[in-house]
Amino acid sequence: MLDWLYAPWPWYVSGPLIGLMVPLMLWIGNRSFGISNNLRHLCAMTQPKSIGVDFFQYNWREHNWSLVFAAGAVLGGFLAGIVFANPDPVALSVSALTMFSYWDVPIGEGFLPPVLFDLTWMSVIVMFGGGVMVGFGTRYAGGCTSGHAITGLSTLQPQSLLAVLGIFAGGLLSAHFITPHLFSLFW
Amino acid sequence: MRFLPYLLAGLAFGFVMIKSEAASWYRIMEMFHFQAFHMYGIMMSAIVTGLAGVTLLRRYERPRTLDGDAIVIPQKESGRYNFIFGGLIFGIGWGIIGLCPGPIFSLVGMGSIGALAALAGALHGTWLYGCVKSRLPH
Repeated sequence: MLDWLYAPWPWYVSGPLIGLMVPLMLWIGNRSFGISNNLRHLCAMTQPKSIGVDFFQYNWREHNWSLVFAAGAVLGGFLAGIVFANPDPVALSVSALTMFSYWDVPIGEGFLPPVLFDLTWMSVIVMFGGGVMVGFGTRYAGGCTSGHAITGLSTLQPQSLLAVLGIFAGGLLSAHFITPHLFSLFW
Repeated sequence: MRFLPYLLAGLAFGFVMIKSEAASWYRIMEMFHFQAFHMYGIMMSAIVTGLAGVTLLRRYERPRTLDGDAIVIPQKESGRYNFIFGGLIFGIGWGIIGLCPGPIFSLVGMGSIGALAALAGALHGTWLYGCVKSRLPH
């Protein structure tokens, strides 16, 4: 009966559910669906008074709703990934599996490569470094996949199309020219 | 109570991030190498559903939020280079760590060390942007 809670969901179920977040957030309180702004709020929350960077000087408490949304996302991740964890590995395409074996990435049980996500010096450095680019870039662009690709495009905002083109170009660049060499170089 | 709808919406979002496997590094690499339709299906059906939902919401006579306010779609700030360069930098990071901010939060909930390191990095990157913002083209 509850098999569907454990199994991964096909794109035609999960895609529309993600898309529904846009009208849902508008209906709840005229909010723009997006998650990366919380990175800014977390910085604003923790900024020491003695430093005072302008970008983080605003009343972050007005954005409590957004931080609550992010807390919900953390909780949702716990439920979906731990409580209702999928016991099977990700059903990747054959060409992807072949590619990963070329890259020297061992496929683990879960849906993240252990070599990149477990606690080692190398993985923490790579994940932190990539994280810096994600944090810097999303704030520079004013949004991430949710804010620009989903919300921006579905509300027909031309700025978001620019951002999405940039995001996709950047991803193609690193996924083709950097990431394939990462594993044989460092591990 | 005021925040309960946001908590539930966030919970649903985080749940779907995991169940859709959009939070899987493998899926993101597969996407950038055009090896499966899965992620493209998610993105396209999400945009179409969002567009349809927003259109229906507008069609509805006197659309109201839960608090009874008129519905106004928040507009993105103006700019040009910030969207292109910011997107590019974010994209390069995404193509390496295979995580965008949504999955970072939901994976932290799963206790992923790698996602925690990415979150720490993302906070530092955000901080760095705040420090150099005025010197960048927007």
